[in-house]
Amino acid sequence: MATLNSNIPNGELIDKWTNYRSSLPLVSPSNKQKLDIIVVGTGLAGASAASSLAEMGYNIKSFCFQDSPRRAHSIAAQGGINASKNYQNDGDSTYRLFYDTIKGGDYRSREANVYRLAEVSGSIIDQCVAQGVPFAREYGGTLANRSFGGVQVSRTFYARGQTGQQLLLGAYSALSRQIANGKVQMFSKHEMLDIVLVNGVARGIIARNLINGQLERYSANAVVLATGGYSNVYYLSTNAMGSNVTAIWKAYKKGANFANPCFTQIHPTCIPVSGEYQSKLTLMSESLRNDGRIWVPGSTDENRSPDQIPEDQRDYYLERRYPAFGNLVPRDIASRAAKERCDNGYGVGETGQAVYLDFKDAISNLGIETIRSRYGNLFEMYNKITGDDPYNTPMRIYPAVHYTMGGLWVDYNLMTTVPGLFAIGECNFSDHGANRLGASALMQGLADGYFVLPYTIGTYLSNEINKSNINTSHEAFDKSESNVLDTINYFISNKGNASVDFFHRELGKIMWEYCGMSRNESGLKKAIVNLKDLKESFWKDIKVLGSSDSLNLELEKAGRVADLIELGEVMVHDALQRKESCGAHFREEYQTDEGEALRNDDDFTNVFAWAYENAESEPKLNIENLTFENVSLSQRSYK
Amino acid sequence: MNKLNITLKIWRQFSPEDDGELVEYNLNNLNPHMSFLEMLDVLNEKLISENNDPIAFEHDCREGICGSCSMMINGEPHGPLKGTTACQLHMFHFEDEDTITVEPWRANSFPIVKDLVVDRSAFDRIIQSGGYISVNTGSAPDGNAIPISRSDATEAFDSAACIGCGACVAVCKNSSASLFVSAKISQLSVLPQGAPEKNERVISMVNKMDEEGFGHCSNTGACEAQCPKGISINNIKHMNSEYLKAKLKK
Repeated sequence: MATLNSNIPNGELIDKWTNYRSSLPLVSPSNKQKLDIIVVGTGLAGASAASSLAEMGYNIKSFCFQDSPRRAHSIAAQGGINASKNYQNDGDSTYRLFYDTIKGGDYRSREANVYRLAEVSGSIIDQCVAQGVPFAREYGGTLANRSFGGVQVSRTFYARGQTGQQLLLGAYSALSRQIANGKVQMFSKHEMLDIVLVNGVARGIIARNLINGQLERYSANAVVLATGGYSNVYYLSTNAMGSNVTAIWKAYKKGANFANPCFTQIHPTCIPVSGEYQSKLTLMSESLRNDGRIWVPGSTDENRSPDQIPEDQRDYYLERRYPAFGNLVPRDIASRAAKERCDNGYGVGETGQAVYLDFKDAISNLGIETIRSRYGNLFEMYNKITGDDPYNTPMRIYPAVHYTMGGLWVDYNLMTTVPGLFAIGECNFSDHGANRLGASALMQGLADGYFVLPYTIGTYLSNEINKSNINTSHEAFDKSESNVLDTINYFISNKGNASVDFFHRELGKIMWEYCGMSRNESGLKKAIVNLKDLKESFWKDIKVLGSSDSLNLELEKAGRVADLIELGEVMVHDALQRKESCGAHFREEYQTDEGEALRNDDDFTNVFAWAYENAESEPKLNIENLTFENVSLSQRSYK
Repeated sequence: MNKLNITLKIWRQFSPEDDGELVEYNLNNLNPHMSFLEMLDVLNEKLISENNDPIAFEHDCREGICGSCSMMINGEPHGPLKGTTACQLHMFHFEDEDTITVEPWRANSFPIVKDLVVDRSAFDRIIQSGGYISVNTGSAPDGNAIPISRSDATEAFDSAACIGCGACVAVCKNSSASLFVSAKISQLSVLPQGAPEKNERVISMVNKMDEEGFGHCSNTGACEAQCPKGISINNIKHMNSEYLKAKLKK
């Protein structure tokens, strides 16, 4: 076990970033023009980084697997983006945003990174406004805010329920401008399938042109991964169908450590699964819990429709268990409470895997028009998908996987354990600890891409200016490409009987059952066995039709699912070793008498960073110890 | 709800050079709660089990916002439900024993790649020709330094809600991209931040649209009627007037 050095600058927390930024080595404009950077992914983090680096003068090669960079999954974020502007004069500050994020993450994130995030949050809003992002406004023309996720200030900026879309289109427009300027070469419909290391340093990638199936080689002085989260390891999640772990998994297998993989966030209010054919889950904004009341029938043998069940035979279990916060407890707590009721037989709907979210009282107290103005579009979406009308009958909801806090381990410069390989946005682990607060994912993606990486990457690139250009005919590229080709050929030639989706669904069942909302030792051990069996049968029985030299969506999925299965194994391993409950990671053995998460700060105030050994061995554990000098660790209580 | 039995006629085209044809498939016992794309998933699973090439179609977020969906369903982009993308269309909107025809977007500027997948990179190139405000990272003034009236912000948002799916082009008899292009021009010209570049922007984007081979607008309004995000045809009026003003200033 090695201890990882996060390279946090010395000095007081509030001065670290300012001082560090002023002392970073610079790269002169003429040298920047000689340096190439590969950026994989065009979501908020990738598009903002690619455009900012190009503006600075670097030559960028940008990659995405979608048909356009504008379709990256950041586009689907609904709620908003936090920034400590204190425009509402309600006492917000950099420190408060920092503190809320550290506490919300259950004290498993790095103080210096989180403070920096809070520090740059205001500049993000300025940047986006200047790009023409149509944020909501007050009548006087100033920016509007709303409150979010239980914090006590209003710091969330929003563009209706489509904040992610508008921010991404802003970053996409900046990227488009640099493409037009010739500073960014854009490769859409290209999927990164390997990282190429020369003498232990990241020097390029192998990408597959998804339209003609050709493998292509690209070299650079540094590689930046901005490839998002891995919630699709559960098969059903709120992520887009294409979201995958492949890019960061290839990096892991080339030596980048993978941090806290078991920290995955479950969102409490999603539309429940309706059948075996289900392909993804749809999130209903957290804001619904402001006015909706969550309940289940008080009896397990209840067959009446909800309107026939009298008040005294209903169990408003969140209000019962958490009188102080009621329906507004944090995401992890609301999710686990729903699971507890359903597991004990109180769930509703055809599958019994749902609870009611009821607006009857809100409608009678506030009037139907107020409710319509607040949630009209959400009610409409629910109606479109389920055919039910939430104005007349309670919604049925259930938790679903939504975001992954874990990811590639990075130091303060956002560099992984592989020199020259950087990770930004959701695909790194850095800022959210064991639980992410609402409206913070967009903030982190854009902070990394616009305001952090463009500076910190200079530390590395300032040593690159004297290096000769990297030639893609180097044997490291040969070897990498031939490995990628072998796997593709294996899929195409294997005479199996089961489709990729079959294995993906099986993977999802194992992960959701044993490594989902709550985990325990015997379940996790069972998952290890099940995943090993699944992996074996996957490679034996996988069936991919068609050829490798044209558009082949099944082939694309096969490679991704192969990586997700391996990731599943490491997640389970991580969950097993983290013998405490914290944030979204709930180990049943470690809970208070009242069933709440019980941290073990003596042994686990740290980051688990897993290093790949080989196909046969378990990964090796490296540790980063977390030190808290500015906040004191306390037990979260919402009672 | 009762299970559905349906007949599908789906456009199959192996490659851009291939002629392509409508192929008939039958699906029985479908749960009406599944989405249209989940119905296609079920069909693909069936095709794979029979060793037949599955149908290629674009999709990603499956919640109506990424704009990947690109299929004509019974002659209408995204199908019969107004204000809805194909991924959010559920099968309970169809009747038992229905026959459903599924085809790709048809436009010269959107060449077919395979089956229902088309190449929409022309849209990206139009945005690259001027669909942005030229501001470098770090040079922005405070967000509240530029007050914007609520009505302007709302108008800009309404235009900015476009998801770039291309339904407007697919439904237009001239394959015009005017709704798509005008939505971006309106968003950026209604905001004060976009004013300094508005003349160059409108000329450059309109020229690029022509260069990419999209047709002219003849005001039939089909684009607005079929847009899954309700983008208004008033944007086109706005674009035309911006274009004229810009030309006169030149």
